[in-house]
Amino acid sequence: MAIAFKTQESFRGDYSFRNSPEAVQRFPFPFHQDSYMYSVNMEPHGSGPVGSVFEHAFDIDEHYLAEIEDRRITLARDPQRCQSLPHMIDAEWDVVELLMTSLAQDYPEHFMLLRDGSHWTWINRPLNLRQSFIFGDAATLPCGPFEYITRQAQGDFVVMDQRDNNLFADCGMVTSQADWSLSFDLGMSFMEWHAPVPLAHELGIFERALKYLLMLQQGHPVRRLNWTMTVNPRLDTAPETYPEWGSDRASVTPQTAGDKVHLRVELQTLFRLPRSNAMLFGIRCYLASLAELATQPKWAARLHRVLNTLPPQLAEYKGLVRYQPLARQWLAAHDDGRELSLGTQPD
Amino acid sequence: MKAAPLAVVVRAVRELGPEIREFTLAPADGGRFPTYSAGSHVVVSLPIGERVHRNAYSLLGDPAATDEWRIAVRRQSGSRGGSQWLHQHARPGLALEISWPVNLFSLVRTARHQILVAGGIGITPILGQARELARLGASFEAHYAYRGAANAAFADELQALAPSRVYLRDSERDGHLDFGALLARRPLGTHVYVCGPQSMVDAAKIAAARLGWPPGHIHSEQFLAPAGGEPFEVEMRASGRRFTVPRDLSLLEAIEAQGIDTPSLCRGGACGQCELEVLEADGTLHHHDVYLSDAERASGRKIMPCVSRLEGRCLVLNH
Repeated sequence: MAIAFKTQESFRGDYSFRNSPEAVQRFPFPFHQDSYMYSVNMEPHGSGPVGSVFEHAFDIDEHYLAEIEDRRITLARDPQRCQSLPHMIDAEWDVVELLMTSLAQDYPEHFMLLRDGSHWTWINRPLNLRQSFIFGDAATLPCGPFEYITRQAQGDFVVMDQRDNNLFADCGMVTSQADWSLSFDLGMSFMEWHAPVPLAHELGIFERALKYLLMLQQGHPVRRLNWTMTVNPRLDTAPETYPEWGSDRASVTPQTAGDKVHLRVELQTLFRLPRSNAMLFGIRCYLASLAELATQPKWAARLHRVLNTLPPQLAEYKGLVRYQPLARQWLAAHDDGRELSLGTQPD
Repeated sequence: MKAAPLAVVVRAVRELGPEIREFTLAPADGGRFPTYSAGSHVVVSLPIGERVHRNAYSLLGDPAATDEWRIAVRRQSGSRGGSQWLHQHARPGLALEISWPVNLFSLVRTARHQILVAGGIGITPILGQARELARLGASFEAHYAYRGAANAAFADELQALAPSRVYLRDSERDGHLDFGALLARRPLGTHVYVCGPQSMVDAAKIAAARLGWPPGHIHSEQFLAPAGGEPFEVEMRASGRRFTVPRDLSLLEAIEAQGIDTPSLCRGGACGQCELEVLEADGTLHHHDVYLSDAERASGRKIMPCVSRLEGRCLVLNH
């Protein structure tokens, strides 16, 4: 079934981004109980329920056009949001193959891939693109292969090289990040780029996660959900542009909290790449305002309880201390204290 | 998109020496294989009598080839296992199941220079790596040692891949490789990959350590530990169930097959969700997870059923 892409919405300026009721229904609400703590919450990324964000390897939704445009704007202002070290060229082609074959297979009404040996033609109907190229010959594409395809996919992507029993962030397209910088993290090892995360190191979470990922096998992708909060539906919350959005955190009032404060959920997926033995890390960002979440009563009540009991170090790290009381206050009106079912599904 | 095993047929068998045969495998449905990276292996399931043996073999051809894959098998003398069976039974047309490729012997793409060393049938992953490095235009050299010219199965193919960078050594005539000489005075950033008999791998590691090489720059082939193991009995004391965990299933899969509801998440021994309490273990617990602490393992009171199992008779769980 063809997706009805929104043509008039933005993640900056007038912030006209909104979710349709269907998009709220499929929002990947991350809290299966009334409190939150870090865990190794990775699981196989198989075919999920029809219509869910887990149905396909890479989820495309109604915000596709707006997100692609937002990425274009961010890259025009700061080309360093896409970087790839020279030894990652095979991994770049791996990503081209994985994204093109997955999108063409899962969304045949929107994407098509014609392969004749190494002569490929890629057709992207929503963006009205048709590109013939020689797989493996970067000169036949308008830009680097990884940049070419990730400019046409929703979500951020990091490609990690595996060596010395570690993973290194050696390639990335990062324009919708929750306050981290690709330029700063490029080339770092798994423990280095996770160093700022509070509490999880003491719990041994990164050590276990790294061991698990080093054994990740081709054909067996895994996923997890991560979350934070963002004021205004803004994708580009990067350290590089902090002056443009940091002060928004102080702009929330009791009247505006429901529309301004957004739960930001990342569907993180990990794929072993075939040629390079590297690993693709997809970070697909979903935004929903408190008011949108409150259309599912269980979600508003549960988020209220999670924010009430969130360890202060996590609130500080996620950058939500400034407006946390206002968000709790807004959500309190949607929480009557009743017992909520376990699991993330709406009641 | 969880990957099922790959169904293949043997397309060709080639005699490469007195005890070495090469098997060409093709997708059973006439389709295409996935691409793989040099140094990868597959696990071949061999139906030997009542049992399924699982043997790991390196893929030795062109990693970019998706129409057929090649493995080479040396018949292990006195072995009743997989290599013997393959030599006896594998003919063109034979159907087999193999795993997706796994690479635990991957090339380091940031290396300044690469030294590949093969001993005997250990040439198989080295061939793929040499082909890959040649394609990348990387700085590398390959050393291939074998016992007698009759066992130099892939010398011609290797030399064709990297003319002037291949060094052949007949150990019957020239003696063993001198790793002290091979690894001395190499530029920083050099990596060495050794695949051959254990004595050869040990000699390389000892020489490298003596010369001050960083341990992470010495690579030797490793295979994925096969899933499954010997069958054992399980008693679930809380639910009063008793059943056998067969060879091919993990403890978690066997519990699920009984229709018993039990939590799980990552299915790789990392998340901790499927942890079960052990009440009694008539045998040895083999822990393959990365979740339990050393103290928890030593206590013998916990098991992660997604990857760990009992070697012995009966495991009693509080579930």
